[in-house]
Amino acid sequence: MTVFGIPTQALFGQLLIGLINGAFYAMLSLGLSVIFGLLNIINFAHGAQYMMGAFVAYFALQWAGLGYWPSLLIAPVVVGLFGVLLERTMLKRLYHLDHLYGLLLTFGVALVVQGVFRNEFGSSGLPYTAPPQLTGGYNLGFMFLPTYRGWVVVFSLVVCLGTWYVIERTKLGAYLRAATENPTLVQAFGINVPRMITLTYGFGVALAALAGVLAAPIYQVNPLMGADLIIVVFAVVVIGGLGSILGSIVTGFGLGVIEGFTKVFYPEASNIVIFVIMALVLLVRPSGLFGRTA
Amino acid sequence: MTATRVLVLAAALLAAAVPAHAQISDGVIKIGIMNDQSGTYADLAGPGSVVAARMAIEDFGAAKKNMKVEVLVADHQNKPDVGSSIARQWFDADHVDVIVDVPTSSVVLAVNQIAREKNKALIVSTGATSDLTGPQCSPNAIHWTYDTWSLANGTGSAVVKTGGDTWFFLTADYKFGHDLERDTEAVVVKNGGKVVGKVRHPFPTADFSSFLLQAQASKAKVIGLANAGADTTNAIKQGAEFGIVKGGQQFAGLLVFLTDVHALGLEKAQGLLLTESFYWDLNDRTRAFSTKFAERHRQARPTMAQAGVYSAVLHYLKAVEALKSDDGPKVIAKMKELPTDDPVFGKGSVRADGRKIHPMYLFEVKKPSESKGPWDYYKVRATIPAEQAFRPMDQGNCPLVKK
Repeated sequence: MTVFGIPTQALFGQLLIGLINGAFYAMLSLGLSVIFGLLNIINFAHGAQYMMGAFVAYFALQWAGLGYWPSLLIAPVVVGLFGVLLERTMLKRLYHLDHLYGLLLTFGVALVVQGVFRNEFGSSGLPYTAPPQLTGGYNLGFMFLPTYRGWVVVFSLVVCLGTWYVIERTKLGAYLRAATENPTLVQAFGINVPRMITLTYGFGVALAALAGVLAAPIYQVNPLMGADLIIVVFAVVVIGGLGSILGSIVTGFGLGVIEGFTKVFYPEASNIVIFVIMALVLLVRPSGLFGRTA
Repeated sequence: MTATRVLVLAAALLAAAVPAHAQISDGVIKIGIMNDQSGTYADLAGPGSVVAARMAIEDFGAAKKNMKVEVLVADHQNKPDVGSSIARQWFDADHVDVIVDVPTSSVVLAVNQIAREKNKALIVSTGATSDLTGPQCSPNAIHWTYDTWSLANGTGSAVVKTGGDTWFFLTADYKFGHDLERDTEAVVVKNGGKVVGKVRHPFPTADFSSFLLQAQASKAKVIGLANAGADTTNAIKQGAEFGIVKGGQQFAGLLVFLTDVHALGLEKAQGLLLTESFYWDLNDRTRAFSTKFAERHRQARPTMAQAGVYSAVLHYLKAVEALKSDDGPKVIAKMKELPTDDPVFGKGSVRADGRKIHPMYLFEVKKPSESKGPWDYYKVRATIPAEQAFRPMDQGNCPLVKK
């Protein structure tokens, strides 16, 4: 059986590949959405923070002999602390200003961080291998699924849904959402809003770092790994609707699949298809597929 | 009257200052190194090429010979429009005499047009398109280190002869990838092989899984990588994940630099066949040059692209010295006339179509157990003599070559 001249079996393979790439889009756009939804900051340093996550994993292995599993915890914590520092010392001074200032600041931070890493480690990347438990793969009949890629999809789904649950369904999430709506009132109830905002930014940044650790065994640990990805991820966020948690998860996975199919039917267009969709969505629904209408 | 006197005095002063280099425009030889300083191709050329150019100027002894040589550096970001505007700025406003290096074939061809229009010189080391000595050849340009034809000729024929007779191409979707694919396909077919499929991926691409699945489904024995830099290393690395080599298929890296092997690690790169014109551990001269280079460039050994920049700048300066002029096409003509000799490629020459001639080598990447440490990566499988390493002049359709 074939669809447009491509065997259905091959299409199943591509569907799965699309989901795997979508997992990265989902995790990164989720972090961006959390930060924008709760802090109103457009965090352009997200790609650099994702890259830092991968580098922390690399350093942990080189300097302390700590492998992949501890890095899944260490990298988000270390990079998250960097985020907290950034928020405390710089970002918090900008909340009363236009979005554009936060965007410019984080963009500048991203350039500086990437420049420093590139200067130190070059641009061709450093090798990082998957842990022995996750190497090898399964022959699914229609495709060969590397174990590690399967792990990435499952793990990121758990993280994404966990985050969604915490923000939309728990008391802590309710505080967070309330603090965005009316910080003064929430503060009046005795909740430390500035600290909550700082920790939220740290959490969003930690999500990026976690995605970086997940990506390290697949791509090279490369100073520029986030620079290319971040533009796509922003498109994903815009399509999903700025600030919508569920929107960014669903569009992340969905666009990964669409991009995967484009690579089969018209590979030349695979790096622009997301932007074409973005343009179309903006024309029809300017606030994004899942966005609240302004 | 005083104004006239001042003018006369200024003219006299200028005349007194200039005669030492009457033919050198504005008294300084300006060499512009244009490449990718920060992106995919920055490690294989980038700042290392600048180090190599500076070493060439020192080894030539420009200071002792009282020749003023300046190096300018620009980042073309692998974009033809950016490269073009830098070239125009350099030639028109900054009085640059020669542009050297220039990775990314699409940028090479754009800058080639401008060098010709402005009557300046261009020496390409990292850029690969064989069209530069073919239909696009120019009296203002020399192609120095390697080209798509010589890569295809080296790796392509070696792989077909060892039984890899069905091919699937993963091709970077721009001028360089297309040319490399075209030249390799010709070699494969000529040696009795067959191309069963190809896919053109955007440049640059981080995730190759989708393309690798297509290559896997094609059942071709050889997956030809008509790309470079991080694209090549990502494809090989992810290929290992998808069990490409374990499944009985083989990668042919059509353009692999030493820095790519360094980034991949020997575990993943071992056994890979590749063609290059330079490796640091070929002989005493290459070793001495490379040790000096490493001291000045993060302990990294030079790639063929960087070594080529050294060799090219050295020969350029020799030609300027012999000619006592830095006029673009005249220096290029002189460079073609003089034989070349340097630690990088040994003795060689430059053909009428602008092709620099020297041997190419077919290397195999060592097993981790065979390597003595970082940068000890290649063993020589075959040496392709200079006269066979490049496309014969009568097959290139270069208008400069009289038939």
